[in-house]
Amino acid sequence: MQFFIRYLRPYGRRITGGLIIKFFGTIMDLFLPWLLAYMLDEVAPTKNRGQIFFFGGVMLLCSIIAWLGNVLANRAAASVARDAIRTVRHDLFKKITLLTSREIDRFTIPSLISRMTTDTYHIYRIIGMAQRMGIRSPILLVGGIIVTMTLDSALSTLLVAMLPFLGLIVWFISKKGVPLYTITQKHIDTLTRIVRENLTGIRIIKALSKTEDEKKRFDRMNETVAASETKAASVMAVNSPTMQFLLNMGLVLVIVVGAGRVDAGLSGTGNIIAFLSYFTIILQAMLTITRFLTMYSKALASAKRVDEVLEGQEEIWGGEAFAPDPKAPHIEFDRVSFSYNKKSPDVKDISFSLKQGQRLGILGPTGAGKSTLIKLLLRLYDVDDGQIRIGGKDIREIPLEKLRQMFGVVFQNDAIFRGNIEDNIRLGRKISLEEMEKAIQDAQAAFIEEKGGVSTPVVSRGQNFSGGQQQRLLLSRALAGTPDILILDDASSALDFKTEAALRAALKSGYEKTTVITIAQRISAIMHCDVILVLEDGQPQGVGTHEELMESCSLYREIAHLQLGGEEE
Amino acid sequence: MMMRGGGGMRGGMPGKGPRYEHKPINKKATLARLLKYMLHFKWLLFLALVLTILSNTFAMVGPKLSGSAIDCIAAEGGVDFAGVRHFALLMLLFYLISSLLSYLLQILMVHISRRVTLRMRKDLFARLADMSVGYIDSHSIGDLISRIFYDTDTINTSLSSDVVHVMASSITIVLSMAMMLSISPMLVLVFVVTIPVSMLLTAFITKHTQPLFRIRSRKMGELNDFSEEMISGMKTLKAYNQEENTLVSLDALNEEVVTSYYKSEYYSSITGPSVNFVNNLSMTLISMFGALMYMMGNISLGNISSFVQYSRRFSGPINEIANIYGELQSALAAADRVFTLLDEPLEPADAENAHELTQVQGNVVMENVSFGYEKGKTVLKNLSFQARSGALIAIVGPTGAGKTTLINLLMRFYDIESGRIMVDGQSVDEVTRASLRRAYSMVLQDTWLFSGTIFDNIAYAKPGATREEVEAVAKAAKIHNYIMSLPEGYDTVITDDGANISKGQKQLLTIARAMLVDAHMLILDEATSNVDTRTEVQIQQAMRRLMQDKTCFVVAHRLSTIKHADLILVVKDGNVIERGTHKELMKQGGFYRELYDAQFS
Repeated sequence: MQFFIRYLRPYGRRITGGLIIKFFGTIMDLFLPWLLAYMLDEVAPTKNRGQIFFFGGVMLLCSIIAWLGNVLANRAAASVARDAIRTVRHDLFKKITLLTSREIDRFTIPSLISRMTTDTYHIYRIIGMAQRMGIRSPILLVGGIIVTMTLDSALSTLLVAMLPFLGLIVWFISKKGVPLYTITQKHIDTLTRIVRENLTGIRIIKALSKTEDEKKRFDRMNETVAASETKAASVMAVNSPTMQFLLNMGLVLVIVVGAGRVDAGLSGTGNIIAFLSYFTIILQAMLTITRFLTMYSKALASAKRVDEVLEGQEEIWGGEAFAPDPKAPHIEFDRVSFSYNKKSPDVKDISFSLKQGQRLGILGPTGAGKSTLIKLLLRLYDVDDGQIRIGGKDIREIPLEKLRQMFGVVFQNDAIFRGNIEDNIRLGRKISLEEMEKAIQDAQAAFIEEKGGVSTPVVSRGQNFSGGQQQRLLLSRALAGTPDILILDDASSALDFKTEAALRAALKSGYEKTTVITIAQRISAIMHCDVILVLEDGQPQGVGTHEELMESCSLYREIAHLQLGGEEE
Repeated sequence: MMMRGGGGMRGGMPGKGPRYEHKPINKKATLARLLKYMLHFKWLLFLALVLTILSNTFAMVGPKLSGSAIDCIAAEGGVDFAGVRHFALLMLLFYLISSLLSYLLQILMVHISRRVTLRMRKDLFARLADMSVGYIDSHSIGDLISRIFYDTDTINTSLSSDVVHVMASSITIVLSMAMMLSISPMLVLVFVVTIPVSMLLTAFITKHTQPLFRIRSRKMGELNDFSEEMISGMKTLKAYNQEENTLVSLDALNEEVVTSYYKSEYYSSITGPSVNFVNNLSMTLISMFGALMYMMGNISLGNISSFVQYSRRFSGPINEIANIYGELQSALAAADRVFTLLDEPLEPADAENAHELTQVQGNVVMENVSFGYEKGKTVLKNLSFQARSGALIAIVGPTGAGKTTLINLLMRFYDIESGRIMVDGQSVDEVTRASLRRAYSMVLQDTWLFSGTIFDNIAYAKPGATREEVEAVAKAAKIHNYIMSLPEGYDTVITDDGANISKGQKQLLTIARAMLVDAHMLILDEATSNVDTRTEVQIQQAMRRLMQDKTCFVVAHRLSTIKHADLILVVKDGNVIERGTHKELMKQGGFYRELYDAQFS
């Protein structure tokens, strides 16, 4: 609730104005059946034509006012909802860009996406609905009851007595139905998975002649899905006939009880006719309110999810300024330890130091903590213990923007964005044309020319490029602008040996001042580095050059034998 | 991904482009076909129609009865209680029957829609399962899935609810008009004035709002894509200090999105009040003229009441027709997508006199084979080679050079354009596809596992495989110990494409599965990287085990494999540019030599 107040406060005036207009518009709707009753019961018997035309005119006027009022108010409501959700989304996305990586992990990416889209949409809808139905329905409900009270209080009581029954039925059915839909959704997910598996595994399935078996597997699950759909829908099918019956029952009651009242002279026939109209209005309002409440509870859950993110922890900016000490090592890891879950360490006691322009290679099995080191260096996460220094200064004291400006990075499975090649290489940075062309050349990305140059469109995730092309595109991005520090995490695994060698040669000649950190599975990618760090289970197994490690590190030797074909067969 | 699309070279194919395609559809033909499809359920639909008519007719009598009851109340000389009771009871009865019928109708509709979706999904899946690999390769999985699920759903809701709705509405319109006429043709004349107003109004609103709603959905889609892309790439954006720039892009897109919300709502906000206005207008007119007629003694109070109620029932469906029309449009678009898929050609049938390939020795010959994924774009030209039983053929070359194409042809996932492929002296198009494919064991780089137990996944290769057989191959593939270390052992369920086990273990599982196939030929696409050292050793050992005594075609990345090959085919840009043994090729000093030396430079 606070969430809504916070975001709606700036539009207080527009909302109030809209509500007032809406209020009058709605009152007019209520007034009409009353006029009808009055005309039939009071005016018609007087046989005064002028009066009838007069009241007819009044009714017409009411109709027009109701129309105008409702349209204007609805538009005001739409503009408020638009402006409010614009701000909500802006704030939410801004916050997401500022969250620490740990927080992003905690929320998970799919959940952040759905908060950004589905949840904000729910909120938008409820803001609009609240101003339209949220005010109209209560007015119709309460106003309708009041008007019927003035017409005939006894009949009115009868009407009010019906309402709880209706509410109960709606509540009961949705309570039974909703879990059934949840189950159905689960079955549908399973069925979808079967289809997906069939499409991705078509070669294996055809190779093993399993097509008929797969059809049977699909059919079985398809039956299950259909059965649970039927079950859920059958429960919900009770809803509308029951409602209709209750409503009509009410009409019958009004007539029966009304007959007695008219006989006793307590009520007029016109009243009963009007009652039949009000009855429909009130029950409809009641149903709308129930629907509104279900939507509101959904939106409330959404608001809570958005709020959670808005309260998430932001990255710490770091110090004010940064002046590197020219005498200190360029990059220094000093007994660095870190754990993602704060229980078991993911990297432990890592130390090494690199001079400007040196090359570091990191080698080790998957899950050894190689990529973690990179994330710590970029301050995507902060170390738990020890210190990382650049130019002699703890990186937590360097302004975050300054720190990251020093890097060119290719992450493992890095992101390629929709747009064109140039956008992807520049990525919003000021990079001159020459710098970009040089980067493309050094990244061995000549294919870009063949594809039609840097304005070639890129589809989402770069799927219009092969794995090797994607890596070279990412390399171009990292190399553009000749960064101080270049990080290549598994950045050449899809390149063939020859291209990889050419890339290494380009890095050797054009980037003497750049400190390069390369993470790889393939020993050929890192064996020429000045320093090689061998990691296993987050702990250093050896640090040194290729020759040194061949002597001292058994894990390194094992890998080398395996990959360089040293073994005898 | 490598295997799909035959390597990167076909990555840019048009079939995988953006999903919003605007192809004009032939609405009449689609509608006709849809109706024909619905004929499978003609009896159920007929029953639904009968129920609709009955239920509506019963409901229609209600207002007439209530009018009569009111007339009994307003009877001259005091209330006619017997009359009121009589009509009230009748009302109760009719409404009860009508509600029961409408419940029955709902249940019937649920069953119809169950049958419709069940059948449509079944037909679609069966079609898909029998398609050629080429078709699946050139279509996006998401698109195919959305046809099986969302499109069938759209058709189903539209057919099962809208069709009945339309029937019900037309009946309501006809019946309420008849009722009104029977009460007072004069008042009908007055009332009829409002009909064109309401029709024009709905037509106007729909015409204006429909495109706006389409824009809105599109913008929502864009926002979805944007959020997914940016949030997934947040690490990269942070590394390049792009937080602010991204926020600016979001703001621009967000502005478009909320504007599209507002615009669509600006017009559609007229709908509700306008419908209300027309109702109010007709009520005003009926009240006025009704009162005048009542004054002249031409109509009773009860009849005025009935008339008001019928007039409301009459205008309700008219206002809905516009909505239903819109839904029908989207159902037709969905039906078009479904039927297009059902019309796609299947994998061509085996030749008429094709026989089973049995007793395979594993002598494979390619003679002047040419092939292209697209007509006119040849990727293999005049390839010839011979592989004797038990030989090891290594295929090497840069990424995206078309190495996997050879696998596609050997397995007949794609058919060659010219030339001949022979196994044991028989041309492959003279044997059945199934028996040809069973003659090979196959391990692909994309480790494919399905959601099921580990046992099921291995045993998949051999119907009715026993626990002993499965354990034996798991041991041979060096994965038995790992499986036993899992709490559930062989009964461990693999979820989400094997997200719960590592890449290396997945490879070992697929190797174990391939070992279960009793074949004399092997196709192996070695994985490039991303497996840790220990597992790598196990994989190598397992693969060597698998390769024993078989004619092997290996897309090779490991030097040990390459060095021992009887024949190395060096593929570049779709052509075999060099061939020979490792020694020969090194001596030749061509591209292979360059490739080989590169890793030691």
